[in-house]
Amino acid sequence: MQTCEWSPTFAPRKVNLRELMSRTIRIKKGADIRLKGRPTSNHEVVPMTATYAVQPPDYQGIVPKLEVKEGAAVEAGSVLFHSKEHPESKFLSPISGAVKAIIRGEKRRILSVVIDGDGKQNAKNFGTLDVGSLSPNEMVAELQKRGFMAFMEQRPFATVADPSELPRSIHISGFESAPLAPDMGVVLNGRMDSFQQGIDALRVVVGGQPVHLGVRAGQTDFDSITGVERYVFQGPHPAGNVGVQIHHTAPVNKGEVVWSMHPEDVANLGESIKTGTYIAKRTISVAGSSCSSPGHASVTLGCEVAGLLGPDFDESEDRAISGNPLTGVRVNREGHMGGLHRQLTLLPEGNKPKFLLTEGWLGLGFDKFSLSKSYPTWLLPKSKEFTMDTCNNGEERAFVVTGQYEAVFPFDIYPVHLLKSILANDIDAMEKLGIYEVAPEDFALCEYACTSKIGVQSLVREGLDRLKKELG
Amino acid sequence: MKAVHKLLDAVRPHFEEGGKLKRFWVVYDSLETFAFTPGHATKNGVHIRDGVDLKRTMFMVIVAMIPALLFGTWNQGHQYMLSIGEITTSDPLTMAIWDKLLIGAWKVLPLVVVSYGVGLGIEFLFAGMRGHSINEGYLVSGMLIPLIMPVDVPLWMVAIAVAFAVIIAKEVFGGTGMNILNVALTARAFLFFAYPKQLSGEIWIHDVKASADAGLLQVADGYTGATALGQLASTVGKLPSEAGVQSVMSMFESDGMFSLTNSFLGLIPGSIGETSALAILLGAILLIWTGIGSWKIMSSFLVGGLTMGYLFNWMGLNAYMELPAIHQVVMGGFMFGMVFMATDPVSAAQTERGKWIYGFLGGFLSIMIRVFNPAYPEGVMMAILFMNVMAPLIDHYVIQANISRREKRALASQSATA
Repeated sequence: MQTCEWSPTFAPRKVNLRELMSRTIRIKKGADIRLKGRPTSNHEVVPMTATYAVQPPDYQGIVPKLEVKEGAAVEAGSVLFHSKEHPESKFLSPISGAVKAIIRGEKRRILSVVIDGDGKQNAKNFGTLDVGSLSPNEMVAELQKRGFMAFMEQRPFATVADPSELPRSIHISGFESAPLAPDMGVVLNGRMDSFQQGIDALRVVVGGQPVHLGVRAGQTDFDSITGVERYVFQGPHPAGNVGVQIHHTAPVNKGEVVWSMHPEDVANLGESIKTGTYIAKRTISVAGSSCSSPGHASVTLGCEVAGLLGPDFDESEDRAISGNPLTGVRVNREGHMGGLHRQLTLLPEGNKPKFLLTEGWLGLGFDKFSLSKSYPTWLLPKSKEFTMDTCNNGEERAFVVTGQYEAVFPFDIYPVHLLKSILANDIDAMEKLGIYEVAPEDFALCEYACTSKIGVQSLVREGLDRLKKELG
Repeated sequence: MKAVHKLLDAVRPHFEEGGKLKRFWVVYDSLETFAFTPGHATKNGVHIRDGVDLKRTMFMVIVAMIPALLFGTWNQGHQYMLSIGEITTSDPLTMAIWDKLLIGAWKVLPLVVVSYGVGLGIEFLFAGMRGHSINEGYLVSGMLIPLIMPVDVPLWMVAIAVAFAVIIAKEVFGGTGMNILNVALTARAFLFFAYPKQLSGEIWIHDVKASADAGLLQVADGYTGATALGQLASTVGKLPSEAGVQSVMSMFESDGMFSLTNSFLGLIPGSIGETSALAILLGAILLIWTGIGSWKIMSSFLVGGLTMGYLFNWMGLNAYMELPAIHQVVMGGFMFGMVFMATDPVSAAQTERGKWIYGFLGGFLSIMIRVFNPAYPEGVMMAILFMNVMAPLIDHYVIQANISRREKRALASQSATA
């Protein structure tokens, strides 16, 4: 054994290490779904598509009130609509051009505001900002005006943040852990100055307190960032979900409000403050087993899906998902990317019957990924990746198997009992069982793993909406 | 397989709305989804779903029961041969395995057929009435029921018990997933209380009464047809003679018919599937391995039973109490109840912490009831049914602890900011 002499140069490093270790939070529950077609660090700037869309349903809890009519000319940064509840919260056009269409659904609900790009990128100037001189409320007003409240999520209720109530703290997850998610190193490549500026702005909102930043063990992307309280996380998905990180560092109690923002939007905010224009960059991963060359792509918010698909993408055989395969939304070729999505996932459609012995429930299943040990996934090497189609793999049943949700749900909350309280519409029980802390995305793995194929996320959303309504 | 699916697709319209066979839609639907996982793609929420479904889960439980079923069938033949003196040693390897299996199957198969026939019939009926598809729950219950029956129980009794259990214990609560009591145990308890006379005495060995009447029975060897627990129950209660107790307890010595080895291997009379701890443990390995049966419930159930057993050993008030704890847990239905009944996820405690408590108390009470109350020689059934009723209460307290932890945290945070 080698002996190591104590030296002054070694000492401080040891202290740092200990400090680092003490803040490492190990998430034990959860699962990494090993899908084929992971994005490489290949990064491509995608040419502008013909149209862009801002889709109000992407922004939870917002009732949109239009400020433009079809045919109106807009600049990048022009207001398209605002929130009915908080008219100062504006939703801006990501590009310049003209409003091509306003698409409505049932009960005239606005589904999408489509903009025909003019290719000129005329941008509205909001002026630069000296964040240091602003009060928290003034900063929030700037965020509303500059369109960035749209990207601020709050808990409780998992909706777009309510600007009338300042948050207890702001949380940012510095990495994504969902299957096929983009690599934050690629997303923020060369934008750390903007990110720092965004952090400085957000600190104003919480009265100068540090912003909570969760990073993955070994991640160095944010090493230069100051003004943050750093937490290191280890473990499988959903360790990268901001809700999990909040729960393990500063849980939301009844009566408290916390906000969170995606790191790319923080960088967009910083750049926007510096340049005075509205920045809505999206660096997304285009991935999945039906993707011929998985990688990253730089686009602008709400771009056409067609611009990201190869010519060989066949809609009858494959499915395009705006977002990750657990929480995303199905889109077709003519559709647009969701405003909060960072990922375009392409998976084979699973709409063909599977014979029980070969591919069905009685098969050996060596090519199936399953968290259940009744399939041999756990015997196969950890490096093996799987092609998964969108088949339900069974029919919906009543809750039977227990312990399954708990195994992938890293909260000190009883998921099944919380869901049952939502089913029973028992507001009091929902509150007591911890509904304030959760968002539907935190239940995504439960839904994935569910033997009884229950639609868990929509149930959580229902519960959150009902609670919000009830509390006024 | 495409041809088969084409055929299914071709006859489908007859079963759909407006078809001649519309009322048999449930039958068609369950057969089709049995053969082919339907091509239903995900819609909202997650776009990918785990490969596992309730069919596979339930199938694994049935596979886990196969060792107990096969051994039980063989053992019924074995016991029969012993009872008529065809073989005189309990050495399992005398006589061909097939002969004993055939004799056993002659009795066991009808039980399985009646159980599935009646149970699934009722399930189809209810599913048809309610307009939902068949849940797979009964596939397991339907196999559990014959395994916990004495071999000579009349088939009509099994049919009534199954009907009672499926309707009263399950369907009135809303079907699979909603029941409070374990369905199979309810069937057994129904028989126990509705037909106490028929369900005791000479039913544990095939045709033991006929053999006795014909003078074939080897009474000298102790083949009265009583189970180990039945024998033991006679040593307590109404003032047994010292000699009587002695002769019963001698059967539990290492050379007696209920020796530890025989009890563990299962070479003793008893309900069809319950006798062999070894076969049951093989099933337990599969259930724990696949994660379908809760290892927490199983292990705490065992610890609970052993704890009570050792407590009795320590008290030592009568001969029954002095029986070694290990011996207690390999006899009767303890192992079967522990592995296949207590672990039923619907009727057991649902919280992970609750499972420890639920299992421990279940095992503890099983041995306690068995020894204290000779009217219920098999305590496991009563203990598990009782714990089924208590499980929601256990969960309630576990969750209450979680709730007050959250409330305390909120208070602490309030006082910190104030």
